[in-house]
Amino acid sequence: MPKLIITNRSGEKSEIEFDSNLTLMETLRDNGFDIEASCGGCCACATCHVYIDDKWRNNLNKMDEDEEAMLDQAFDVTEKSRLSCQISLSDDLDGLEVEIAPE
Amino acid sequence: MIEKTDVVIIGAGPVGLFAVFELGLLNIHCQLIDNLDKVGGQCAELYPEKPIYDIPSRPLVTGQELTDELIKQINPFKPKFHLNQQVDKIIKTEFGWIVETSIGTKVEAKCIVVAAGAGSFVPRKLPIENIEKYENKKVFYAIRNKSQFTGKDLLIAGGGDSALDWTNELSKDCNVTLIHRRKEFRAAPDSVSKMHELEKIGKVKFIKGQIKEILETKGKKIKLKYENEENKSQIEVDYLLPFFGLKMELGPIADWGLNLHENLIKVDTEKFETSTPSIFAIGDINWYPGKLKLILSGFHESALMAQGVFKYCFPDKKNIFRYTTSSKDLHKKLGV
Repeated sequence: MPKLIITNRSGEKSEIEFDSNLTLMETLRDNGFDIEASCGGCCACATCHVYIDDKWRNNLNKMDEDEEAMLDQAFDVTEKSRLSCQISLSDDLDGLEVEIAPE
Repeated sequence: MIEKTDVVIIGAGPVGLFAVFELGLLNIHCQLIDNLDKVGGQCAELYPEKPIYDIPSRPLVTGQELTDELIKQINPFKPKFHLNQQVDKIIKTEFGWIVETSIGTKVEAKCIVVAAGAGSFVPRKLPIENIEKYENKKVFYAIRNKSQFTGKDLLIAGGGDSALDWTNELSKDCNVTLIHRRKEFRAAPDSVSKMHELEKIGKVKFIKGQIKEILETKGKKIKLKYENEENKSQIEVDYLLPFFGLKMELGPIADWGLNLHENLIKVDTEKFETSTPSIFAIGDINWYPGKLKLILSGFHESALMAQGVFKYCFPDKKNIFRYTTSSKDLHKKLGV
């Protein structure tokens, strides 16, 4: 199974396996990471904010306008910011490094 | 004045709305309370335009369509809505309960049905240190009385409709600076172009950036540090008005002494009653083994909850099970 490398809000790193049928948010939530995702993944709340490591950013599905607009409700937004519910996982993302943004 | 009804439903989302139908069929009257300014809960607030695919017999329905159809369905039962207010307190009485809201509405009912979803929608607060010290003094997340800002220096933060509408409105009588993390706004195009016009004639100042810190000041003003990709800077204003949308919070429900399971209300699966008799909980707010947070689970829970509520409302009556298709009496209630 391909793996993700996740940094939680305390800065601890861990590796989790992923299923490429899920989104990044679903995978994080399913693995017990503290991610609110209050709208359930329909890009309507900005509570699944993550940072994606520089070297991986271009390998992801592109951010659409909806996601960019929703990030307006998040804080500490940087060029690394994404909403994890909008990231589809695929096998070629094996090794993807993700940091969960502060609340 | 205290209003009286059979059941107070806390939360006017899809499940709270459908509860009116199930209770109505049993001759039980309801009043609903919601902190939003409209009915429909998350369906109307978070994803009115987004499709839902798992409502039985509706291959595709949007959040708003589902809300509108539910309103139509419960209309024969004439529910009363109390919007823009949160239930703060509940008090046990001989009759049942008095429910008191944040703006002083009081409703007395035999039963309470909590259908509060993920909690009530409240403004999302800026996550910066010490901001609590300034809230409702120098920092306002909602505007109740705009005259307090007349002639003052304001910093409005955000890029949605509230931020832009208030920027345009308050720029008439105040010195408004708008701060937003990028040049694009998700607010309605009309408000955005109006803001740009005001900016051109110098009525509004725009800063691209994000607020990072509150700096201590001795005077009456509030000093904020902000930054963008290029630089860091400071601004001193009389008031800061952040508009970053809404988030959901369990709120006062947590203090009512109901048994909880990780912030959700524990219920039985026969009547969906909580650990406190005559208080029920349905929809996303409740928990029982096997719970799935689906609208359709909430609909099922509504029907069974109504059977439980019936016993409190009509302790001496027998509840006869009937179908809406065939019962003349139910047809009368539905006006069909």
